[in-house]
This record gives sequence, structure tokens and C-alpha cells, in this order.
Amino acid sequence: MVVTASTCRTETVFDYSWKDVVVAYWNRYPNPYSTHVLTEDTISREVRDGKLRSRRLLSKTNPVPRWGARFYNNLPVKIVEDSVLDPVKKTLTTYTRNLGMKKIMNVEEIVVYSEQPDGSTLAERRAFVSSQVLGFSRAIRAFGLERFKSNGVKAFNGFNHVLRRMFPHSHLGGQHHQPAIAAPSDLSVATSTTATSSISSHSSSTTDRLKGATKVGYEFFKSHASKIAQLFSVKN
Amino acid sequence: MNSIGKDCDELKKQYDACFNSWFSEQFLKGRTDDSACAPIFRVYQECVKRAMLEQKIDLSKIGAEYSTRSEYEGAGSSAAGGKQQGSKS
Repeated sequence: MVVTASTCRTETVFDYSWKDVVVAYWNRYPNPYSTHVLTEDTISREVRDGKLRSRRLLSKTNPVPRWGARFYNNLPVKIVEDSVLDPVKKTLTTYTRNLGMKKIMNVEEIVVYSEQPDGSTLAERRAFVSSQVLGFSRAIRAFGLERFKSNGVKAFNGFNHVLRRMFPHSHLGGQHHQPAIAAPSDLSVATSTTATSSISSHSSSTTDRLKGATKVGYEFFKSHASKIAQLFSVKN
Repeated sequence: MNSIGKDCDELKKQYDACFNSWFSEQFLKGRTDDSACAPIFRVYQECVKRAMLEQKIDLSKIGAEYSTRSEYEGAGSSAAGGKQQGSKS
């Protein structure tokens, strides 16, 4: 089995208090930047140890072209979002991942919203993408970080839109007018490949055919890896 | 925002309204008693569960526990990146 994982981390500062951000969090759909989010449901919710724990189910549209549908049927994509909100420490941690099709691509995102000393709110986002499909694994490594950067900006725009609508007067008027993505030195892009040498013990002709097919498959996957990652990511 | 079940939209709207008011007026002010929205949540949940069953959305593999992957927190990204994903799917 081949599993390649790609990790990236971005930071965004919202010019709103933590309280405003978490109140808006439950109301961030619909917004003009996330028209692809179709449904949103709370599956379970409870207060335990003073923390609010929620599980929500989201579904997203399928932007995959018709000819690609046979590769990724069972759409729209479902996404599960778990969250723990600590009102004392003032942190909200969300963990989202796609439901199903995990062998093709597994996208997990963790976002921690925390209060900053200046009263603004920091969103620290980590994304983990992995695939057990050889072509995808390589493609994921290839497309890496860029897609997540742009998704992060889109998520920022969408959330800010909701914040402005809900709290037109509590904007801190601070210095963070642009999405503050962590400086390149803070970004960690880690890729790791395990067991790539697991394909062996084929006859040479099979190997050649396999090589050819893999190459074609790789090009296909490469062009679609980012699209599919985006499809499975709820933060865009 | 719509619900996954078309006939749950109205219940969802009612629950969300109840939750939003409880969240900002009670919970964030230190009152953790969440019984206020329990009745509407129960009805809404029944509706959603029915819709999920109809659409064959199975959350049983996800596990009952809320997870926020706390093991990732503070962990080196290379360690997290190399984490085996296949074992729990």
C-alpha cells in the first residue's frame, strides 16, 4: 500500500474578537464565497467539562466534469466537522475530513481559533492530504501547498464577509486588512512517502505496460489532484 | 443553510435559532446548562437521522467520540505528515 501525505499550515488573523468569531462560526454558511456548500447539519452536540462539543455534517457540490464522474461517484461529497469550543481558554478547534473515498484522497483539516493579545483572533490551519492511489500520491506531493494557500484566502474572505454582516460595528479596525498567511519560513510542507518500492515481482513486459499506464494515469491524476482536494476541503 | 433532508429545513432553522441565542446569551456567559434547546434538537435530529438513512450516509465508521485530532497539536509536521491514514478508515 502506498500512502503519501502532504501537510501544510497557514495562519489568518481576523480583526474581530474571539467571541464574535465563534458566534459567526456557526453562521458562516451561506456566504458568497462558499456557494458550493449545499447543506449543513448538526448531528450531535453536548457540553462536557464546560466545553461545547459539536459534530456537524456538510455536503458540497460536485465540480468534477461529467467524464470524470465514474472515478468519483457517490457525490456530492460529505464532510464531517468535529469541534471543541473552550469558553474559558477561548479556543475553538475544528477538525474536518471527507467521508468516504478515503483511499482516493483523504483530506483532513484542523483549524484552531484563539484569542490574540491585541484582541483579534488567530486562525491556525493545518491540512493533511493523503492518498493510497499511486498516481494521486505523487500528484499530491507535486501540487503541495499552493492550493491550500488559495483555499485559505477564500475561506478568509467568506468568513470575513459573514463577520462584517453580523458585526458591522465591532470590527477592531486593526492592521490586518489582508489575509495574513504565515511567512514562508513558518510554513511547513512535509511530504513523506512510504513503501513506494512495493511494486515489484512483475514480468518485464507487464512492468513496461504498467509503466506506460502509470504515466498516463499520473498525468490525469496530477491535473485533478488539486481539484479533488478542493472538493474534499470544506474551507474553500 | 439547508439541511441534508429537504423536510428538515424548517426544524433546522428553528434549532439553529435556538442554539445561536443560547450560545451567545448563555454559554459564552458561563451558563453551561444546554437543556433549553434539547426538545427542538431531538425532533430535528430524528429528521436528519431519517434523511441520512435514506441517503445511506453512514457515520458509524467515524466513531461516536468527537475528535479534534489533538495528537496533531504541537507535533512536528513531518511526524503528522507521515501518519498512517489507512488504518482507521
